[in-house]
Amino acid sequence: MLEVSIYRQLDGFTLDASFATDAAMTALVGPSGSGKTLTLRAVAGVFAPDAGRIVLDGVPLLDTERGIDLAPQARRVGYVPQQYGLFPHLDVLGNVGFGLRGVDAAERQRRVGELLELVGLLGFEGRRPHQLSGGQQQRVALARALIVRPRLLLLDEPFSALDSGIREPLRNSLVQLQGALGFRAVLVTHDPADAAIAGRRFEFEGGRIVEPNGT
Amino acid sequence: MRVAATGARPRPGGRARRRAVPLDVLLLGLGAGTFTLIILIPVVAIFLRVLPQEMIWEVARRPIVLEALRLSLLTTALTLALSIVLGTPLAYLLARRRFRGQALLDSLIELPMVLPPAVAGIGLLMAFGRRGLFGPFLASLGITVGFTTAAVVIAQFFVAAPFYVRAARAGFLGVDRELEHVAHTLGVSRWATFWRVTVPVAFPSLLGGAVMCWARALGEFGATIMFAGSFQGRTQTMPLAIYGALESDLDAALVLSAILVVVSFGVLVALRLFVGRRLLAVGA
Repeated sequence: MLEVSIYRQLDGFTLDASFATDAAMTALVGPSGSGKTLTLRAVAGVFAPDAGRIVLDGVPLLDTERGIDLAPQARRVGYVPQQYGLFPHLDVLGNVGFGLRGVDAAERQRRVGELLELVGLLGFEGRRPHQLSGGQQQRVALARALIVRPRLLLLDEPFSALDSGIREPLRNSLVQLQGALGFRAVLVTHDPADAAIAGRRFEFEGGRIVEPNGT
Repeated sequence: MRVAATGARPRPGGRARRRAVPLDVLLLGLGAGTFTLIILIPVVAIFLRVLPQEMIWEVARRPIVLEALRLSLLTTALTLALSIVLGTPLAYLLARRRFRGQALLDSLIELPMVLPPAVAGIGLLMAFGRRGLFGPFLASLGITVGFTTAAVVIAQFFVAAPFYVRAARAGFLGVDRELEHVAHTLGVSRWATFWRVTVPVAFPSLLGGAVMCWARALGEFGATIMFAGSFQGRTQTMPLAIYGALESDLDAALVLSAILVVVSFGVLVALRLFVGRRLLAVGA
């Protein structure tokens, strides 16, 4: 169960969003600039609200009243930003294996291989990000986030930069990955087809959620 | 000039018209050529005098040359190390944090780059010289700074460190913060993220800045001669030795100059090659 309730005053914009969900996949929808990405980033721990609470499975990630603000390192929440954020100086093996700790080279190779197979990119270990297509980059970013077994995966507009032809297969693989690895996902999107695969949707507008109970 | 295809044939016995060189190309060529010559002629002239091969080795072994070489290498290496160690955290701070007076601090840090070196020299004397601001304090600790090898490093640092800081700051600014954020969400500490993400991605700028810093330190003359003096073996770096040898030992001055030209040019070429390759690898 993810419970979010955050407030932040910015120049000419107030973010004031509250929602709770235990769906496997939750969609935050709304026009650009409505606060959905900021909310996602707050859950990831890379954006600090002025006040609020974020609780995941009973563990408070943020609770300004009690002075709790877990660093992103401690939250075990995966994050795939809008442009995927692949490290340009590392190859696919280096990117996907980036979060692994205390493993030797052979074990790293094995575990990265496992994830790459799941996302259909086995054999791509030596490629560099700039040699990959948009869809491939997105899958590498997914593999990188999932290899450290997060409880929750946050995706910011995961499919918006991709051709419509590959969106559906990627959407389906995301659902399949959930089945295989057992994580929940929250995705920010303005595409109704993306929202359609989500169990719960929350609609943002002007920094607020207009459907407080979601659909 | 386009000639319409009229199908007209050249008149028998007539000469074909030659296309006149456009005026702007002429002027461009003239300007570029003059500029290049003004730069090249003095550099080439150094080598034209030095050429007799047997002489070079003999001259290069003279104390005035060897001592200057040793001193320059030692002091510039120290200056570079200090610049990197002290300048990197500063550059990162300037790139990542906003604070009041930031613009002022930026200008202050860049000031030594435009300040006349002689002014820097006087300033250093007034601050750390025997009769300067900190002079008596340092003397009480038994430390004299002026006219020592340490003074050379201080003078070089003053004028050269800003080159590194400026380049490093630009480099860090160019690292997308999202990359750092993603690394954090993957469980990597801020310290580890700095070394595993920020530095590698900013590396071409860091390297370029380090090279410019080192080159500036190598060529430093004005502040050094005023604050450290020109004592062979103690403070007489290569530029100072060249100046000192001009009257007494022209050959030594020429050999030193030739070495500096080759080193400077070599470093520029190497940097261009290396940074170009790196940028390609990163896919920029």
